[in-house]
Amino acid sequence: MPPNPETWLLVRPEGLYCEPADLFIDPARAVPRALITHAHADHARPGHGAVLATPETLALMTRRLGEGRAGLSQQPLAYGESLDINGVRVTLYPAGHVLGSAQILLEWRGSRVVVTGDYCPRPQPTCAAFTPVACDLLITEATFGLPVFRHPPAEGEIARLLRSLAVFPDRTHVVGAYALGKAQRLIALLRVAGYDAPIFLHGALFPLIEVYRAFGQTFGDLRPATAADKAALKGALVIAPPAAIQDRWARRLHDPVVALASGWMRVRQRAKSRGVELPLVISDHADWDELNATADATQATEVWVTHGREEALIHALASRGILGRALSLIGRGEEDEGGGPETEAVEVTA
Amino acid sequence: MTPFAQLLERLVFSPARSAKIALLRDWIATRPDPERGFGLAAISGELAFSAAKPALIRALVAERTDPVLFGWSYDYVGDLAETVSLIWPAPASPPGPAPTLPEVVDALGKVARTEFPALLARWLDSLDASARFALIKLITGGVRVGVSARLVKVALADHYRIDVNAIEEAWPAVTPPYLALFAWLEGRGPRPLSADRPVFRPPMLANPLGDGDLATLDPTDYRAEWKWDGIRVQACASPGGVALFSRAGEDITAAFPDVAEALRGLHAVLDGELLIVRDGRVAPFSELQQRLNRKSVLVRLLREFPAMIRLYDILFEGAEDVRSLPFDERRARLEAWVARVSPLRMDLSPLVPFQTWDELAGLRAAAREAGIEGLMLKHRASPYVPGRPKGPWFKWKRDPFVIDAVLMYAQRGHGKRSSYYSDYTFGVWTEEGELVPVGKAYFGFTDAELVWLDRWIRNHTIARFGPVREVEKTLVLEIAFDAAQRSSRHRSGVALRFPRVNRIRTDKPAAEADRLTQVLALVENRRDAA
Repeated sequence: MPPNPETWLLVRPEGLYCEPADLFIDPARAVPRALITHAHADHARPGHGAVLATPETLALMTRRLGEGRAGLSQQPLAYGESLDINGVRVTLYPAGHVLGSAQILLEWRGSRVVVTGDYCPRPQPTCAAFTPVACDLLITEATFGLPVFRHPPAEGEIARLLRSLAVFPDRTHVVGAYALGKAQRLIALLRVAGYDAPIFLHGALFPLIEVYRAFGQTFGDLRPATAADKAALKGALVIAPPAAIQDRWARRLHDPVVALASGWMRVRQRAKSRGVELPLVISDHADWDELNATADATQATEVWVTHGREEALIHALASRGILGRALSLIGRGEEDEGGGPETEAVEVTA
Repeated sequence: MTPFAQLLERLVFSPARSAKIALLRDWIATRPDPERGFGLAAISGELAFSAAKPALIRALVAERTDPVLFGWSYDYVGDLAETVSLIWPAPASPPGPAPTLPEVVDALGKVARTEFPALLARWLDSLDASARFALIKLITGGVRVGVSARLVKVALADHYRIDVNAIEEAWPAVTPPYLALFAWLEGRGPRPLSADRPVFRPPMLANPLGDGDLATLDPTDYRAEWKWDGIRVQACASPGGVALFSRAGEDITAAFPDVAEALRGLHAVLDGELLIVRDGRVAPFSELQQRLNRKSVLVRLLREFPAMIRLYDILFEGAEDVRSLPFDERRARLEAWVARVSPLRMDLSPLVPFQTWDELAGLRAAAREAGIEGLMLKHRASPYVPGRPKGPWFKWKRDPFVIDAVLMYAQRGHGKRSSYYSDYTFGVWTEEGELVPVGKAYFGFTDAELVWLDRWIRNHTIARFGPVREVEKTLVLEIAFDAAQRSSRHRSGVALRFPRVNRIRTDKPAAEADRLTQVLALVENRRDAA
């Protein structure tokens, strides 16, 4: 009889703790030993002792947090490789969320637990594709855990953006997109759709683009928006962090059409309250159908929900005989889409 | 439905008029007949359906979703049509082809009541979320995207490079999907004409009187009349019907059945001010607002807020177009027409006799009646020309009231101003020494002042609520406004008309800003004098 997961996976103030391996998964504060699913700031905090993650995540964390702040020691673990830590076997699988994002499979005394981190089951060009991993307990996110969130195909959203460029050929189209993951995905989708003009970027986006490039991604002609003059931006596409698209930084743009790429744009009130003229429903998270399908595909008999709208997902799982539990981990969803548009990030002046 | 849904979506999120026009032009240029005509009619409210009640939509979705999940979703989204459009599950078997807008319009016209729920469910199965939303809004009669019939005409005029007035005159002769109109605009057919339906003619507008303008004008060339504080309207009465249009060409007949009734049987096109008048006294503008923007009117409102038109001008007498006649001749025609016809709910706006500009300035300064906004000056020989020609007509508004108020909150603007804090809530002091908000101003300042205010606000923020910042209560703004009215909707008990930022008073300490009693006194003064 495998041990009950509650006896070896504990929720502590720092976050989710695997006791036999003596490590925290995506802890909210600095800990001696951390296993990190991906490099978004709400999952990858600074100041840990030892950090175990994919090589891509380690590179992105180091670039974001600075040399020495992304773990005093770093240990890379590639997708599909396993590591034994005090009898706990740790294996990482692609989560499809951003470059390097991983699901974590923990095996201990015959019990299999998968921690998804943030994940996106739809294949996308900028990171390895998600696959469901069979387990007894699934520990999942539920950022878009309501049945109103069903993301349309991203290609259709890109087509709407390109159509808008045709209807408003003189206006700069500025798209708000998070610096890690969304921005790169957006560029890749645009290139796939045949948009080969230069794309202008807010300065804050370049450091992470470089990391993506170092791992073999190509993005075509990218230029700093800051260096371009207003006339050059006429009819051009600019990508910037969401906090910048309507702030002082955006004054350099030519009569901009303000767009925002986020799963939250599905709800009109969200788009309206942000003053967005062109909402693009492009998400790096599982939507409602995918959250449910993934839970079913793993054949887990029990599902814990780390953050998001857990009550609806737990209700839906219960109707299929799957036991659900809300962990309500704190500090999640502060950076990427999880925070939603209400979270006004620090003004970016770069 | 998908192209129509995408148009709706873009229009909803595009506040700028120029952007709306560009989107409409793109629609006109790229969609085939009859889809484009039906689309234009649907967004401008000329094509409205009430095929479905919300209860039917609710019942259909209840058959297909978990009630608990639906409840949470509705709480989150807040709008029934949107919630249903998003939560509607994929059908078990492959759906039929998605209906086009003309197919929907056609079917709505002939489907039997009992068959409608099944048809609607089939449609919803076959559409994506945004098309489902558009469909539900269309069949429940609620497509609201801030596009008026007038804006549609302007977009058509822009697109086909034709005078918008020509489109106005052809409009009453066509109905959705406007095939004859497009045929004419594209040179494939004759101009649609309808002699006896009421048609909106763009009104003649005045320029504000500038400093020093009077010195260049000969007082014997100008006629003066009061500028009443209502809404400017054009009343059209013809054998084919009656209509009341706002200055911008909105048909507001439905909101004013009392005035429309008075027009019936007449034959003229008149220019005047729509007012609420009780016992011969013009009520404050806020009372007229009770009557605006209504599709139908309660009898109680008609009784409590009786409307009438104070006439300024005549454009057509019978079928005769008198717009090219000089002002004095039109005025004589108008006076004779009123004397002959004795219309109900209409009177003449009197001319204000004067000899010199100084004398007129004295009359303007002495006018205390609440319903008077100022004076109009019209050249005696001016023909009635649509638009705002420079020279023949001037408006000379009464000097505004001015108070010193303290900036309390600031909000981001829209469109070009979305990166600026450009909407300012200001307050004055109560006797207890508390600041109470009395209004919100979002114009009056220069571009340079806007930049200064934006920086000041960012540097003096004490709290943030979404797009709103609360600031330190230390900056005094001189606020100008045209009238103060009692209001139960405002905590201060007073509402200001056209408040604007006159000056930034960095020289004045906040403690020396005005008191609420001083603002209230302005309301009282008016009432006593009226």
